[in-house]
Amino acid sequence: MGRPLLTVNELEAYYGRVCALHSVSLEVAEGSVAALLGANGAGKTTTLRVISGLLRPTRGSVEFDGKRIDGSNPDRLVRAGIVQVPEGRQIFADLTVRENLMLGGYARRDGGSARQESQRVFDYFPRLGERLQQRAGTLSGGEQQMLAIGRALMARPRLLLLDEPSLGLAPLLVKEIFRVIGDIRAAGTTVLLVEQNAHMALRIADHAYLLETGRVILGDRSAALRQREEVQRAYLGH
Amino acid sequence: MLSVTPDILTDLPWGQLLVNGLALGSLYALTAFGIVLIFKTTRVITFAQGETAMFSTFVAFTLLTAFQLPFAVAFVLTMLFAGVFGALIERVVIRRISTTTVLNPVIVTVGLSLILLGAAGWIWGYEIRTFPDPVVGPPFHLGTVVVSQLNALIFLVTLVLMTVLFAFFRFSPTGIAMRAVAENRMAAQLMGVSIGRMNALGWGMGTAMGAVTGMLIAPINYLDPSMMGDVALKAFAAAVVGGLTSLPGAVVGGLLLGIVDSVVGFEVPELRNTIAFALIVLVLVVRPGGLLGRHETKKV
Ligand SMILES: Nc1ncnc2c1ncn2[C@@H]1O[C@H](COP(=O)(O)OP(=O)(O)OP(=O)(O)O)[C@@H](O)[C@H]1O
Ligand SMILES: [Mg+2]
Repeated sequence: MGRPLLTVNELEAYYGRVCALHSVSLEVAEGSVAALLGANGAGKTTTLRVISGLLRPTRGSVEFDGKRIDGSNPDRLVRAGIVQVPEGRQIFADLTVRENLMLGGYARRDGGSARQESQRVFDYFPRLGERLQQRAGTLSGGEQQMLAIGRALMARPRLLLLDEPSLGLAPLLVKEIFRVIGDIRAAGTTVLLVEQNAHMALRIADHAYLLETGRVILGDRSAALRQREEVQRAYLGH
Repeated sequence: MLSVTPDILTDLPWGQLLVNGLALGSLYALTAFGIVLIFKTTRVITFAQGETAMFSTFVAFTLLTAFQLPFAVAFVLTMLFAGVFGALIERVVIRRISTTTVLNPVIVTVGLSLILLGAAGWIWGYEIRTFPDPVVGPPFHLGTVVVSQLNALIFLVTLVLMTVLFAFFRFSPTGIAMRAVAENRMAAQLMGVSIGRMNALGWGMGTAMGAVTGMLIAPINYLDPSMMGDVALKAFAAAVVGGLTSLPGAVVGGLLLGIVDSVVGFEVPELRNTIAFALIVLVLVVRPGGLLGRHETKKV
C-alpha cells in the first residue's frame, strides 16, 4: 500500500444521544480507490460526514495528508481538497446546471482553470454540456448523479468521497458511473467510495472496508476480501 | 350597456393614486425584500427589520444634521452602517440562539426590536423631528400626474437597487452561493461555502435594504422611534403575501400593498389597514403559499 492520503483512526460519533460510529478506522492510499461497504444504517454516510467536517467526532482522529483535520469546518476541508458527492445527489434543483457546476468550483479562487475543469466534466458526461441552461431539477436521475459528480470535480479534489453513486440507477448508467470513477482515479484523484453494490465496488477498489453497526470489522485488499466467506454470504449473494 | 361605473371610481385620480401607491409600495418592497432575504439565508423570520431600519435612519439623521454631510454621502454611509449592524446582529445574537423551536428566534428578534426602540429613544429622544429633504425642486409632470422629486428619487433608488441585486444573485459567485445556501445548506457546505459568512451577509444586506426604506420614508412622514411601526407591518405582510421565500414575490407584494394603501387611503382613510389586511387574508386563503411562493407540501 502506498502513502496514505487519508487516515481515519478509531472514530466515534453521535447524533444527539444516538451513537452512530463506535470505532471506525481506515486508510486510503494516495492515488487509490478504497471502498467502504456495509448494510443500511451501518454508518457509512456518517463516516463520510465526519471526514467532510459536517459532523464532529466525539473521539478518534482524521488525518489528511499527514495533518489532523478533525474539527475543521467543511469549507476549509473543501479548500484543502476533500470533496464529497453526498448521498441522494443533493444537487441544487432550482439552479441551472451551469450554476451548479460553478458552485462546485466556488472554493477554488484561482479562477483561470475553471474552463479546464469544466472541459473535463463535459468529456466525462457530454450530456451535461448540452443542458447547461436547464434547471438542474428537471434532469433525470442519472443526469443528476452525473451533475453531482461533475460539480465535485470542479473543485479539483485530491480526495473524492462518493456516497452510493449507483443508487437507484439503471444498470447501464451504473456502468457508466463506474467507468468514470476509474477515469477519475487514472487522472490522479484518490477516491473513497461508499457502496451497497459490493460486486462493482470490489471490482474497482484496491482496498475495501466492511462496516457493521458503527465498527469496521474487516479491511483488506479487495481481491482478498472477495474470497472471504462472510463477504460472499452477506454482500455477494453466494 | 351592462356595466354602470359607480361615481366613486370615476372620480378617483387613478394615475396619481397609482404613482403615489407605487412609490409607497417601492418602500414596502425594499423592506420586504430584506425580510425575505434574511429568511431565505438564515431561516429566521425577523421582527426587528423595522427597528433596525429606524435606528439606521437616526444614524443618517445624525450624519445629515450634526456632520452636515451631503445626502448621497450620508445615504451610502448609512447603508454601510446598516450592513455591518445587521451582520453583527447575526454574529453576536442570531448565530447563538437555538432554532430548535420556531419561537426562539421570534422572541429574540421581537426583543431586539424593543431594545432598539429603547436605545433610539434614549440616544435621540422621543420627540417627533423632521428629516431633511433629500431632494428639493419643482415636481415632474406626466400629463395630469404629478411626480414629486422625492417620489422620483424613490423610483430611481428602488430600480437601481433591484437591478443590482438581480445581477448579484444571477451572476456573481457569492450571489449564487447565497441561493445555494437557501436551497440546501448541507450541499452548499460541501461546495466550500461558509454558512456563517453567508448568514452574516444575508442579515447585513437585508438590514441595509430596510435602512433605505427608512431614509426615504422619513422625509415623507417624520422621524421618531416609532416611525417604522406601520411600514414594517406592511412590509411584513408584503413578504408573506409574496410567498415569504420569493424575492420577486416580496416586490410584487410590496407594490400591491402600496397601491391598495394609496387608493383606499384616498377614498376611505379610516379603512386603510382594514382593507389591506382583509386582502392579505384573502390571498393567503386562496393561495396558501402566497402569490409567488411555492406551496410547501410536508415531506413524510
Ligand atoms: N441525522 C440523524 N439523526 C439521528 N440518527 C441518524 C441520523 N443519520 C443517521 N442516523 C443513524 O445513524 C446510524 C448510521 O447511519 P448512516 O446514515 O451513517 O448509515 P449508512 O451506512 O449510510 O446507511 P444507508 O446505507 O442506509 O445510507 C443509523 O442507525 C442511523 O439511523
Ligand atoms: Mg448512507
